[in-house]
Amino acid sequence: MNTAGPMTPRPVVVRNIHIESDDVVTLDLATESEAWSFQPGQFNMLYAFGVGEVPVSMSGDPSQTDRLVHTIRSVGAVTEALCRTPLGGVVGLRGPFGTPWPMDTVRGRDLVVVAGGLGLAPLRPVLYDVLRYRSDYGRISLLAGARTPEDLLFKREVERWKQQAAIDVHLSVDRAPAGWNGQVGVVTSLLSSIDISAQTVAFVCGPEVMMRFTVRELQRRRVPAERIYLSMERNMKCAVGFCGHCQLGPSFVCKDGPIFRYEQLKSLFWLPEI
Amino acid sequence: MNEREALERHPFAAGLSDPQISALLPCARRVRYRAGAVIFREGAAATSLYLIITGGVALEQHVPGKGDLALESLGPGDLLGLSWIFPGGHWLLTARATTDTDALELNARDVLQRMDLDPALGFALSKHLVAQLCQRLERVRLQRLDVYRAPK
Repeated sequence: MNTAGPMTPRPVVVRNIHIESDDVVTLDLATESEAWSFQPGQFNMLYAFGVGEVPVSMSGDPSQTDRLVHTIRSVGAVTEALCRTPLGGVVGLRGPFGTPWPMDTVRGRDLVVVAGGLGLAPLRPVLYDVLRYRSDYGRISLLAGARTPEDLLFKREVERWKQQAAIDVHLSVDRAPAGWNGQVGVVTSLLSSIDISAQTVAFVCGPEVMMRFTVRELQRRRVPAERIYLSMERNMKCAVGFCGHCQLGPSFVCKDGPIFRYEQLKSLFWLPEI
Repeated sequence: MNEREALERHPFAAGLSDPQISALLPCARRVRYRAGAVIFREGAAATSLYLIITGGVALEQHVPGKGDLALESLGPGDLLGLSWIFPGGHWLLTARATTDTDALELNARDVLQRMDLDPALGFALSKHLVAQLCQRLERVRLQRLDVYRAPK
């Protein structure tokens, strides 16, 4: 338990490193004795000492309490420092923060999970939860898109899910080299290959432009705004709603999100410069 | 599923009346391609259109030095081939079945002739074509945005 307050990072040790692609790594973080708990969709603030702090969603299994798993893409100074942390290295951690994916809302219903690029990371805990309590859910579809086949995340695990058939897995890449025999095209094109029932709930995470196209396609398939959930991950700095950097209309993404029902966002979602 | 049922169930023929389906039926024949088979090649005369029933098709472009690059995948319910719309057209891409694929092949000249003879049929099919084109254009736009590329 953290007694130092929400703004003070705790030191955690890198226990395992998985190289996902050229610029993406997954770090398993732990302390000697602490038991962790989080809900799918929540995030931590990770601090590379002397460099800076960034929000990173948990990408691990919520039932595993001995570690916290984060998948990070090296895109700037802080993320690059985090990605370069060696095994046994120490980083700072604050959290967990934010609202979770509404797992209770989905129980007994069909779920379509749409992930673009690194967006699969915050959605992986959802899939772990679904697989753990599979009989509680209806039909589960995972639609995942990436830039190229090399950029697809968690390849072995996704392949295993595909083989197990507990989840209907569809993958697509935007551009493919010669010899690629899988799907080529944007992730939204995968929506036409699945059945959508009157009770389907959609969880969507990826770049905002991709989410806009996805929302449009889901609405074309008659999924109502109140059953579409999006993960908005904008400009989060303090993670507790103090600094205002992540303000989105009347909400703070860090505190009131990052998971929002599309119904809450639709008046703001299409506005430029907000 | 016979040819009539396959045509009736395909989105390209959605909303057509029985007589309109009957008018199109003589233009259609059922075709089957094994995974890896070339359905049509870039540069060849575009004399047919294909309504995919099951399976998957990759649209490829040959790039010297890189080989055949897949640009887009199509699946059940999609219309394969657009170059037939203007007579004398040639395929701009190569279509290859990525899995065993069932389709209806429609003779383009016969379809265009029936669209001219029956303006209501022509208008209905044109609307489906425009819808398909808009959908594909939207996908290409998103693809061009390259949204997963790392910011520089």
